[in-house]
Amino acid sequence: MKYSSQAVAKPYFVFALMLFAGQILFGLLMGTQYIYGDFLSSLIPFNVARMVHTNLLIVWLLFGFMGATYFLIPEEAETELYSPLLAKVNFWIFAAAGVATILGYLFVPYAELTELTKNEILPTMGREFLEMPTISKVGIVIVCLLFIFNVSMTVLMGRKTVVNMVLITGLIGLAVFFLFSFYNPDNLVLDKFYWWWVVHLWVEGVWELIMGAILAFVLIKVTGVDREYIEKWLYVIMAMALISGLIGMGHHYFWIGPPRYWLWMGSIFSALEPVPFFMMLMFAFKMVANRAYEHKNQVAVTWALGTATMAFFGAGIWGFIHTLAPVNYYTHGSQITAAHGHLAFFGAYAMIVMCIISYAMPILRGRPQGNSAIAQRIEKASFWMMCLSMLGITLALTVAGAWSIALQRLPEAAEALSFMETNQKLNPIFMARLVFGVIFFIGLVTYFVSFFVGQTEKVTETDGNLTPNYS
Amino acid sequence: MAEQFTKGMARNIYYGGGLFFFLVLVGLSLDTMRELPKRDHRENITPAVAHGKALWEKNNCVGCHTIMGEGAYFAPELANVFDRRGAGNEVVFKAYLKAWFDAQPLAIPDRRKMPQFNLSQSDSDDLADFLIWTSRINDNDWPPNIEG
Repeated sequence: MKYSSQAVAKPYFVFALMLFAGQILFGLLMGTQYIYGDFLSSLIPFNVARMVHTNLLIVWLLFGFMGATYFLIPEEAETELYSPLLAKVNFWIFAAAGVATILGYLFVPYAELTELTKNEILPTMGREFLEMPTISKVGIVIVCLLFIFNVSMTVLMGRKTVVNMVLITGLIGLAVFFLFSFYNPDNLVLDKFYWWWVVHLWVEGVWELIMGAILAFVLIKVTGVDREYIEKWLYVIMAMALISGLIGMGHHYFWIGPPRYWLWMGSIFSALEPVPFFMMLMFAFKMVANRAYEHKNQVAVTWALGTATMAFFGAGIWGFIHTLAPVNYYTHGSQITAAHGHLAFFGAYAMIVMCIISYAMPILRGRPQGNSAIAQRIEKASFWMMCLSMLGITLALTVAGAWSIALQRLPEAAEALSFMETNQKLNPIFMARLVFGVIFFIGLVTYFVSFFVGQTEKVTETDGNLTPNYS
Repeated sequence: MAEQFTKGMARNIYYGGGLFFFLVLVGLSLDTMRELPKRDHRENITPAVAHGKALWEKNNCVGCHTIMGEGAYFAPELANVFDRRGAGNEVVFKAYLKAWFDAQPLAIPDRRKMPQFNLSQSDSDDLADFLIWTSRINDNDWPPNIEG
């Protein structure tokens, strides 16, 4: 660890992973309710489980992004964090608010929660992914402002690299676009139109900047390739993300009320959205191929290449397959969207957080050259279990989506099956999805185990010197 | 090429390109705001429709259902449920909807369960008005057929 204040990242990482485990457990519950509708349905109805599943995802990724930022900003800016105390206070505020919100979902019926938190004063609840009480949303804004203040002050005091500039534009965008979550008019079309300014501009906009910055940082560290080279391409890749993604928002405006020209704008620009992911993929492999040394933390390299690959498939390919308006007319609101959502969120965002954790946690725990060989082997096994099972989930949902379209949407109204009849027929596919979900959970447990094994094994080089690469 | 293409140029593409396309997005959105009243018929948003939307949110309906294709894929699409279950007749639809709410949860083993929300007749009617208004939004003829 080059700067002692980087240590504030540690609780963020640990807490993020705890929430991740919760997210997967609720995912398994939902996967079960898909097939066995009675399973715990009176205790935790599906809509509650889904809210917990998606909100935990958002919150743990935010914890991960914050931890990543606190870890890399001092090193990039070459100065201690402006206020480590503020970062610690911020952690506890965010953790307390997050836990309170999730407990509220679980132990108070949602309708009562809206009354309890006085949603009628400024109604923002009950919309997908933004279900948290208005007061929790205010909390998120405060946490983000304190966080950005702390990070900005650090960057202003220190060196301004491309990595920290891209990261900070991403973080500011994250905070600014979240403000649209407070706009909830009576008109459903306007509500949906601006809901996407949070959801799309986050996941297909500013979050990509955050991902790119973190990936570039890890690649610089584990490959030793010249920073100048990395930084130039980071700008270009992130520019492509914005150029394709901003108007690419149109692919959400096809069937919710906005005018027809969005069919063209959305199709053309969002068809370009795989480009930055493809560039990121090429770039990551090229960097590793041209590495200046062999970093002993090999599993961090695996995560870096893995996240670039899985993001390309999940966000790039699985996004493209249903983004053109004539295709989307049939796929919109089907399990194809769920397939894309799972692989994209996992590949781009869950994996970039695990990538930085894989690189940073050993350093934070006093092992600058990575964990012991046995711990890395276990972590690599967990990497493959999670990646392959998530691909399995994605394929199962893709089949479910395509099949449901064939049964329910392609036939004339008289021959088409109803939604419920269609889903009955899909049960075997949903069973396969559940099995892959269980494998994913085993992979996650294996990942956790890797943090606790081989602690006594001596790390070959403790002074941080690097072995030259003879290739 | 790598020699002539400098970091400064890359930076300009990033900030300049990002800003330019953000402004295009704002411009298109402003135009959409002008067009929308003709497509969403907001003049028909009565207090009942607005209250229906509030009830839709209060009971987190989108946690299971989709509406204009957005939401969860656990339960049927509801932007066209007025046409599907009410056959376009408001009186029939309101009677149907209240009876449907009252019957939940259905005692069919393993069927996905809709909770009992204990909605009054007037709440049920307001939800119906919200869904009827929604069914009339010009959404470029989505979904492909009445099953949603």
